[in-house]
Amino acid sequence: MKKSIPVLFILLFLAAALGVLKGSVQIPLKDFLLKDSQPIVQLRILRIFLAAIAGSGLAVSGIVLQAILRNSLAEPYLLGTSSGAGLGAVIAIILGVSGIYLPLAAFLGAVLSIILVYNLARENNKIPEQSLILSGVIVSVALSAIIVFLISISGNEALHEITWWLWGSLQVFDLKLLLTVAAIVLAGIAAIFCFAQDLNAISIGEEEAMHLGVDIERVKKILILITSLITASLVCICGIIGFVGLMIPHMMRLVVGPNHKVLIPVTCLAAACFMIACDTLSRTLIPPLEIPIGVITAILGAPTFIFLLKHKARIK
Amino acid sequence: MSQLLKINNLSGGYHQEAIVRDVSFEVNSGDFLGVIGPNGSGKTTLLRLLSRVLPAQRGSIFLQGQDIRKLDLKEFCQKVAFVQQDTAINFSFTVWEIVLMGRIPHLKRLQPESLHDREIAQNALIMTDTTELKEKAIDELSSGERQRAIIAKALTQEPVLLFLDEPTSHLDIGHQIQILDLLKKLNRQNDLTIVMVLHDLNLASEYCNRILLLDKGKVYREGAPEEVLNYRNIEAVYKTVVVVKENPISKKPYCILVPEEERKHGH
Repeated sequence: MKKSIPVLFILLFLAAALGVLKGSVQIPLKDFLLKDSQPIVQLRILRIFLAAIAGSGLAVSGIVLQAILRNSLAEPYLLGTSSGAGLGAVIAIILGVSGIYLPLAAFLGAVLSIILVYNLARENNKIPEQSLILSGVIVSVALSAIIVFLISISGNEALHEITWWLWGSLQVFDLKLLLTVAAIVLAGIAAIFCFAQDLNAISIGEEEAMHLGVDIERVKKILILITSLITASLVCICGIIGFVGLMIPHMMRLVVGPNHKVLIPVTCLAAACFMIACDTLSRTLIPPLEIPIGVITAILGAPTFIFLLKHKARIK
Repeated sequence: MSQLLKINNLSGGYHQEAIVRDVSFEVNSGDFLGVIGPNGSGKTTLLRLLSRVLPAQRGSIFLQGQDIRKLDLKEFCQKVAFVQQDTAINFSFTVWEIVLMGRIPHLKRLQPESLHDREIAQNALIMTDTTELKEKAIDELSSGERQRAIIAKALTQEPVLLFLDEPTSHLDIGHQIQILDLLKKLNRQNDLTIVMVLHDLNLASEYCNRILLLDKGKVYREGAPEEVLNYRNIEAVYKTVVVVKENPISKKPYCILVPEEERKHGH
């Protein structure tokens, strides 16, 4: 357990090094420090930074939703939070909003979609697993359809392409937005880590947590708001990327167990490695084409989802 | 004996509807109080009101002379622990991790457990005989083992008062006795006050020094097992026929049920 953190740091370093070295344009090792290569190297470094932030943010959001709903299938993409954020952002861009208001609009969309899914899934104050996933997928499909519709009719250039929204991309197009998003995500993860003990208590049951002195209604609200903010900020800069919040927490629970004090930092590192690796794959599999990052995470994530669904009795 | 819990005209339930109605009683420190009553008589609701999971609609609850609504939730949980009926846990925490969670009410956010906290948890493992299970995953234990681990977590809170909601309902008779013997020992040796909901009248009679019989959300009778468990009270509340004898070994009341067919034969 203690070993996993240094091992992950080494992996992160290796993944980042590989990500800088490889790409659709081959740069021979000896030319790396030449002035001509600098713009490409800089772009790659920014991408790797974004990949690390996006991976950690999405995975920690997954951890929080899984603990609060006591369901290993909960994740911002599958619960429609990402689509809600995407719709909020698209509407904001069409209305000509920019700067910090863009993540805020996405945040509003994310919170509304969480409230919608939660209320659709709830039956007599309980949230059955099937109806949670079903509501999430329905809301996600419906909101994605609205996103596609709005982009199709608006012709607004700032909107990127439909694939960008629905399948994500780690291309950095706005350095200022990247820094804003990074600040929000890192602060959000730090805040969530402060609630590690509460997450442990909540994951054994809401009433159990109350008997341990956790003010669950308040803690749940705070955590859901932070999670929505992280997801929303990420959607603004890299579109919708699915399954990361499902796969990485699951794998890390197998390695270090469910204790959130350990699980959160370990998952952050692992998810960063994973996203950097996925991004490198997306750029190098079929050069010079770039495969959307969400396609790669979905190809890897869907089998994990099926596995978890079949073994849902136990969250390992 | 000092008064630990005082309940005055307590009413409460769900959605404005009162399930527990106008209940008043006291619990002295060192008591082992059994709460019995038919299904829907409000036993679990009463326990949830007393443990602050449900807010009271009317009336008041005093713990050591303090109104529990005025106590900080963490402070309250340093004094009161709760063991639920069946604690199915989906996550593979180890028994040790679960037991250590009992220190949460005593710790500040991000404060790590000290050596002292670990010693308390270790002691709770010894008392509940779960030391060998320490490194096992909670979701791999049998129901009896799991219930002992959950009791160990409750003891790690170092409560003065322990609530249990039918802690033995999923266990076979051997494991039931094991858990209840453990509770009796904690009650006697550690001076832990216990308030427990039980379905089994005979177990309540054997283990509790006082019994609270609920009927339709109200206190029907309250007192020593000999005072509460007689055929008149039981037949009136449970709408069935029983014969109450004395357990030849413990001299406590013992209820024998009488099937309808036997009643016709004029016994």
